Formats: sequence, structure tokens, C-alpha cells
Amino acid sequence: MGISLELRNLAKHYPGHAAVDGISLQIPQGGFFSLLGPSGCGKTTTLRLIAGFEEPTAGEVWLSGALVNGRRPYERNVSTVFQNYALFPHLTAHANVEFGLRERGLRDRTARVRAALELVQLAGKESRYPSQLSGGERQRVALARSLVLEPEVLLLDEPLAALDPKLRKQMRIELKELQRRVGITFLFVTHDQEEALSMSDSIAVMNHGRVEQVGTPEEVYLRPATRFVAGFLGAMNWISGVGLRPETTRLARDTGSLNGYPARPAIITRIAFLGNCIHIAARLETGEEAVAEVSRGDAQLNNGAYRVGEPIHIWWKHADEMHF
Amino acid sequence: MNRLRFWFLLPAWLWLVLLFLAPLVIVCAYSLLSRGTYGGVELPWTWESYRRLIDPLYGTILLRSIALSAAATAICLLMGFPLALFIARATRCKSLYLHLVILPFWTSFLVRTYAWMFLLRDTGLVNTALIGLGFLREPLPLLYNDGAVLLGLVYGFLPFMVLPLYATLERMDPALLEAAADLGARPWSTLFRVVVPLAKPGIWAGIVLVFIPCLGAYLTPDLLGGGKSVMVGNLVQNQFTNARDWPFGSAVSLILMLFTLAALVAFYRRAPKELL
Repeated sequence: MGISLELRNLAKHYPGHAAVDGISLQIPQGGFFSLLGPSGCGKTTTLRLIAGFEEPTAGEVWLSGALVNGRRPYERNVSTVFQNYALFPHLTAHANVEFGLRERGLRDRTARVRAALELVQLAGKESRYPSQLSGGERQRVALARSLVLEPEVLLLDEPLAALDPKLRKQMRIELKELQRRVGITFLFVTHDQEEALSMSDSIAVMNHGRVEQVGTPEEVYLRPATRFVAGFLGAMNWISGVGLRPETTRLARDTGSLNGYPARPAIITRIAFLGNCIHIAARLETGEEAVAEVSRGDAQLNNGAYRVGEPIHIWWKHADEMHF
Repeated sequence: MNRLRFWFLLPAWLWLVLLFLAPLVIVCAYSLLSRGTYGGVELPWTWESYRRLIDPLYGTILLRSIALSAAATAICLLMGFPLALFIARATRCKSLYLHLVILPFWTSFLVRTYAWMFLLRDTGLVNTALIGLGFLREPLPLLYNDGAVLLGLVYGFLPFMVLPLYATLERMDPALLEAAADLGARPWSTLFRVVVPLAKPGIWAGIVLVFIPCLGAYLTPDLLGGGKSVMVGNLVQNQFTNARDWPFGSAVSLILMLFTLAALVAFYRRAPKELL
């Protein structure tokens, strides 16, 4: 598998701050790659540098083995799905999708447009204007408009952020499915760790303009390289400098059966019923608070339900500890 | 509630009836009366003024007015569009540029037109400078011709084109320009396939706002055309002053109004729906 896109020490400095501060990445062809990070971490700027909307202060962008620094956006074989889709309001869905094909002077445009709209399940809505389409449909037009050009890399800038939560979850599955079918490299920018974990082949976690870790979803979640990655990708308990995920933090009423596993006495401070599980927060003698995620069955097996104010022991297995 | 509505709407109704409808009726009546010896009108009722309008001389003046107004509108559009786009896209000093566009309104239109006369006449600044620098021996005939009138119209009405264009271009999502470039459109292609279509409401508004006042202009052709380049506005003015033919002046202004109305209807028939 070749490399679609490579960034070498890419940086974008503005007066007073560095939006992107020297990042290097290799993005393999045909995969679903995510840039994940909090707002202001430089992920959108990185995308804009790749698309050519902005020129880097330093570093290089290589696309299919060619250096593309200095090339205008219309000279780069990438295409962007914008956060608010940026559909042309004066053009129908069909004309929006046809826009790029006309610029390239391609023939059999109608057939290509029809195929692209069918791919995103919008057949029959060709003659609608963006204002006559729902949010989800607009997003599909934006996808078709870019995919019809068969770019080397499709850049997606938080494309699900504007959708309502239910539709967002459905589109996650569809987008991933679509990527597998077309085989185009997707570079997906998001601040939603659940989105990144569920869709990506690889994730680059960004913070303050730098890449903190690159890896598969399992790697970045189970073996985070930094404290920041650990905290950003899920909830964390910090017990005397040791990091623990709530699902590996366990509770026991007495320490007799723990066979030497590390344990700390604590007092239950909060109990939250979340439907599929229960979150039990407890305060340790050090003043630190830890949350244990307990399945409904476990909570009842333990000789009746836990109560707030009850003394308890928090314990865990050595293998689940995270050290930084 | 209804009472309140009545009182609030009363000034507007009074305005329309006293200052618009009543004068219109008076002009209509004047155009159908006979000419008084020292101006004014007298009985009997007659179609004479309208009959005289058939004279090709007046047709020529009307056509010249339309041609000059259309040319002025076209030039305003060609000059105003890049300017409006520049101001709308400017990242800094936006309001300074806008103020510069409307700055001329701070002084009287009459004074500004006189200023053009001082610039353009044979002994004016332009000719003096060109002769002084040795480019010319004889002064160029810059004043008292169609070109001077056209210049004056473009100068006077350019802000009316720039402002509505600016208003629509300013609202345009900049991401659309990036999207166009992203899909492979070069700058000219983006301009004609995205920017101009989206600016259509502003273009229509600008055309109407420039073309119609140009058609009725009389000060500019009077001062810069000097009686040689006569427009309909001058014809009307002349009937009420020198010619002392009020019925004919009324008839000409009514015809001009009807023509303007017809032009507006034709415009709006073709204009995008969102303007109506």
C-alpha cells in the first residue's frame, strides 16, 4: 500500500501563535485516517494547508509522491467536504455535483453525476436546490460533489458536527461504508473521540499544533503515549500518579479476596445510573476522586446495591495501569 | 389597535396623496390643457401636446437619453462590481472604503458638477496640464458633448451601483469561493460561475437605481452637455422655463414616467424571484 499524503515538519505560524507547529505524518492510500483534537489544536489549519487554502510557514506537503507546496487549490488533486458543506445555493444538487466535472472539461458528465448521487443515495433529488434539502441530504450532496472528482485524498472538516445526534451516528456508519466502497483515502478532522474511534483505521491525536500520538483506535485508547491523549480519548482516574480508565477501576466491600491486587480505601460520594451501566464515584483518603464503571449485574451481585456514604475499596489490576 | 394603526399610517398616506398622487393628477390635467401666453395653462382641453410628441426630434432625444443612461449603467456596473467586491472582501479598513464611496454625498451635487466643468473646459485643469506638459497644442473638446454627460452620469450615480452590490457580496459565504477553487475552478471561472450569479439581486438593484435616475437627469446634461447634448430631463425643464409651454412639458414628463414604469416592469419580469 502506497502513501497518499505525507506531511514533513509542516508549520503555520500566525503573529503571536503557532497554529500548526511542525507535524509529520504519513497517510497510507485507501484508508480512513482521522485528525483528532480539541478545538484550536490546529487540525483544521492542517486540513487547509493540505487543500491549499493557506500556505505553510515551513515544511512540505507531498501528494501522491509530488511536492505540492505553492500549488493553488485548483491545482491539487484533493477535495474538501466543508463543515457547513458550502454548497452553491444557486445551483441544483445535480449542478453542484457537476461543478468540478465542468471545470475539468470531462465528458459523460451526466452519467458520472448520476452515479455519484446514487452512491450517496440521493437519486431522484437531482433537481432540488440546497435550500430544499435536509441537513443530511446536503451533506450527501457535498460528499458526491467531491467524490465524483475521484481525488487522491478526500478532506473532511468536521462533516458530522452540523447534524443532529441521531443522524450523526447513522452517518458514521454510512461514511465508513462509503469509504470502503470507493477506496479513496479519507482524511477526517474531528474533535469527537467517539467518532474518531469508531470510524478510523488510524488516528493522529493533536494538541497545541503538534501530533501527540499516531496509532490505531485500540492503540491510542489502550496505550496512550501521553497524559493528554489518555485524558482526551476517554475518562481517566488519577490515583497517586497512576492512570486508570473507569471500566478497569473496580470496587470491593472487603479486601480479603483481592489476592494482593493494589487497593485503596474510599467513601462512595455519587452514584449515577446510566442505563447500560452505573458510574460510582468514590473519594480516597488522599482527597482524589475515582469513578468506577460497574455493569448493572455486578452492582447487584455484590450483596445488594451500593449506597452513598458507604466505605468501600477501590482496586485494579497492574496490567490496566497507565504510567506517563 | 386599529385606531393606533390609523394614526401611525396617516402621515404616510398624507404624504402619498398630497405629494405624489395630487401632483400626478395635476400634471395629467396640465398635459391635456392649452398653453398660456406667459406660461401656465388655460382652457380648452386638447390632445395637442401629445400630437406634437410624434415629431422625430423628440424621439431622438428620448433614444439618446436611453442610450446615455444604458451606457452610464453599464459603465457603473463594470466599474462598481470590482470595487464592491474589493470592499466586501477587504479584511481591514472596510468601513473607511465604504465612507469614501459615500463621501461625495456630503457636498451638493450642483457644486460637484461645476467642479467637473472647471476640470474639463478648454482652460480647465486637464487641458492646461496637458498643454503645459507639451502633449497638446490645442485644448481637447472635453466639455459640452455626450462624453462629458456620460462622465457626469457615471460619476454621479456610481455609489448607487456600489452600495447594493456591496450589500449582496458582503453576505456571500467566503467558503463558497474556497469550495469553487477546491473543485478546480480558476479565479475567473469562480467569478462567473459563483460570484456573479450570487450577486444577481444586487446587480438588478444597482441597475434599477442607476438607470432610472439617469433617464430623468437634467442637471448633468444641462451643465456638462451645455445644450448640445440634450436629454429628456432638459426637454421637460425647458418647457417650464424658456419655452413657457407647460402642457407640452407635462406631456413629456408623463411619457417619460410611463416609459420608466414599462422599463421597471420589464426588469422585474426577468429579475430573480427573491427580489419581488
